[in-house]
Amino acid sequence: MARMKFLCDAERCIECNGCVTACKNENEVPWGVNRRRVVTINDGVVGAEKSISVACMHCSDAPCMAVCPVDCFYRTDDGVVLHDKDLCIGCGYCFYACPFGAPQFPQAGAFGLRGKMDKCTFCAGGPEADRSEAEFKKYGRNRLAEGKLPACAEMCSTKALLGGDGDVIADIYRERVLRRGKGADLWGWSSAYGLPGQKPGAQPVQPQPQPSSGKS
Amino acid sequence: MRRLVPLLAVLALGVAACSEKEQIAEFKRGKYQGKPDTPAWDNGPLPDTFRGSQWKQGDRASWEESIKKRQLAQHEYRRIYQ
Repeated sequence: MARMKFLCDAERCIECNGCVTACKNENEVPWGVNRRRVVTINDGVVGAEKSISVACMHCSDAPCMAVCPVDCFYRTDDGVVLHDKDLCIGCGYCFYACPFGAPQFPQAGAFGLRGKMDKCTFCAGGPEADRSEAEFKKYGRNRLAEGKLPACAEMCSTKALLGGDGDVIADIYRERVLRRGKGADLWGWSSAYGLPGQKPGAQPVQPQPQPSSGKS
Repeated sequence: MRRLVPLLAVLALGVAACSEKEQIAEFKRGKYQGKPDTPAWDNGPLPDTFRGSQWKQGDRASWEESIKKRQLAQHEYRRIYQ
């Protein structure tokens, strides 16, 4: 069973914003809403600068689903977290709950009125007829229903951003790390895909050193 | 005894937070208030002119196989050297 995830390789991301542009273009996201963005730390510091592309990570145990007062979130069989804009009241709770700042709120209405939440859909549309105009207008393009992967990942020039089944992209990343011999940190994975029952953001359990047999 | 009762009450209040339940969202599978959504594999593949992935409509396994090929295209070592 496919379990769709995103993986961003901080060793490869060159902060080109190609993913951001691809997302904007593919889904015709309105002005002021950024489903994906690139975050850079240690900007300008030689050797320490790292960039990562951030959007909804489609968490295994999504906090947005837990806090939504109108229960407008659901998870598809592929593990993609989506929401129903017909139900959303734009309260903003999901924004506070999300560790990645993924939920976005258009403020194009009168007096900066906050509209319904918008976020990355893993290019999987939403609860409207697949590939229909209504789906495109509300949620963007449904590339999964076209047999394609999210535009951001497919467009990434350095293949820093990988999207797809967790097992497949983790294998790609593992081989990459083995070849280059460094950069095995997976940013955001423990927060987004931690083990069930584990608190979001908890660190993986480290193996305890075995006590020596004692005759030394 | 009269002094012991309030003391026990304070102690009980003090450890009340120890019984707090884990506040972790439950895994929900397709049950929510909104409209139903159709899975990706219930759609047919795009026409040949678009040169997209090919799968059998309604067959989840074939859709997953086609999307896996697409995922492996992100693997530049295999893509280049094979």
